[in-house]
Amino acid sequence: MIRFNKVNKWFGRDHHVLKNITLEVKQGEVVVVCGPSGSGKSTLIRTINQLEPVNDGVIIVDGITITDPKTNINKVREEVGFVFQHFNLYPHLTVLENITLAPIQVRKMEKAAAEQLGVELLERVGLLNKKDVYPAQLSGGQQQRVAIARGLAMRPKVMLFDEPTSALDPEMIGEVLKVMQDLAESGMTMVVVTHEMGFAREVSDRVIFLDHGEILEDAKPEDFFTNPQHERAKQFLRQILAPMHQ
Amino acid sequence: MNYHWDWGIFFKSTGIGQEIYLHWFITGLGWTVALSLSGWLIAMLLGTVLGVLRTLPQRSLSAIGTAYVNLFRNVPLLVQLFVWYFIVPDYLPEPIQTWFKQGLKPEISGFISVVACLGLFTAARVCEQVRTGIQALPRGQINAALALGLNPWKTYRHVLLPQAFRIIIPPLTSEFLNIFKNSSVASLIGLMDLLAQTKQTAEFTANLFEAFTLATLIYFTLNMSLMLMMRWLEKRVKVPGLISLGGK
Repeated sequence: MIRFNKVNKWFGRDHHVLKNITLEVKQGEVVVVCGPSGSGKSTLIRTINQLEPVNDGVIIVDGITITDPKTNINKVREEVGFVFQHFNLYPHLTVLENITLAPIQVRKMEKAAAEQLGVELLERVGLLNKKDVYPAQLSGGQQQRVAIARGLAMRPKVMLFDEPTSALDPEMIGEVLKVMQDLAESGMTMVVVTHEMGFAREVSDRVIFLDHGEILEDAKPEDFFTNPQHERAKQFLRQILAPMHQ
Repeated sequence: MNYHWDWGIFFKSTGIGQEIYLHWFITGLGWTVALSLSGWLIAMLLGTVLGVLRTLPQRSLSAIGTAYVNLFRNVPLLVQLFVWYFIVPDYLPEPIQTWFKQGLKPEISGFISVVACLGLFTAARVCEQVRTGIQALPRGQINAALALGLNPWKTYRHVLLPQAFRIIIPPLTSEFLNIFKNSSVASLIGLMDLLAQTKQTAEFTANLFEAFTLATLIYFTLNMSLMLMMRWLEKRVKVPGLISLGGK
């Protein structure tokens, strides 16, 4: 579904953020990307829908070479849902309008059909009673669930999550992870940048550990958590799973 | 000072048919409103297009907007009016030139010159406000629109401009009032707007103070009503729960 072949990216001349990334995500797979801050994980996920262009290498999504300058990138973006750390809902539109905007404008769906779809998705994320309010009237967790519904409204083949719970108060993280878990169980292909190791352990099929722009580990979660290969990964796990939390 | 105040002069006959001086003020106000609203329409349409151009990543397109703003904002309004009225018509292509100079009534060709002048001058100012309104929005708004496959036109139309206009209503109000005040330059090329009618009344009646007091009151009332109307609009389009659109 997604394939990276020797992808490189620099910020400016000296900062090599992605180094020779080669990676494959199969249909229906849930892949968690983790690593210390500044390791390039957000950049990596943003290259999948070209919110960040790359300098070198090939990325293929759903059979389309998106690094080819001749590719109409909007066509690929229609198939790839993206959930941001800061939600980025449109503040001037109601919850339902946030969800129906792209289906109506991009997919050319009838308004009534788009609203029907919006209602179904809001029911799925448990926010049907909020359909006519504005984003600023919702809590962070509710906004993020709306953002997930907005991404799903395009009926994407892949969903990307860029630290979806990092901006949330702790008591709201669970409700968002629950929605993501349901989505994973429904068979959605997902790439998730997150520090939620519980989610990685229980929901994901694979964990990728990134450090200084390099993939150091690419393993099943049980192997990654019990037997990491690299010293950097061991150190990262020690810090993130600090004994105080055990 | 030995000035004889007479507030009754507005109801005295001008000597032309049944007309009283108040009629002059009313027709003058009509011209002022017509000039200003037509100019505003041009300023809003052109200013929005230019403001959007200035926010585009393509250098050549944003340079067009920048050049326009520099040209129209750095030349006095009055100079611009004389250019549009005295110079530009001489350089129009032939059939249009004759039509403009001889085919049209003088007040219509004057009207067109003033509307072009006010519209293009104010467009530069509207452009800057639209630009700042768009740039005040968080980068995440563009990313969210792009990630959903919206093309640039739809991103501006549905995501950026509706938010930018809400932010800039207060400074736009001030431009909107300015265009009504600036429209008084029309009197300098002989168009009988509110100011020209006031001067004419003052000359005909010698009641200079009354005439200008009434003109002041009319301009003031007009602009106060416009300001209240814009405040009402601002409240009407306010997004519930949102105090400020700026921020992260």
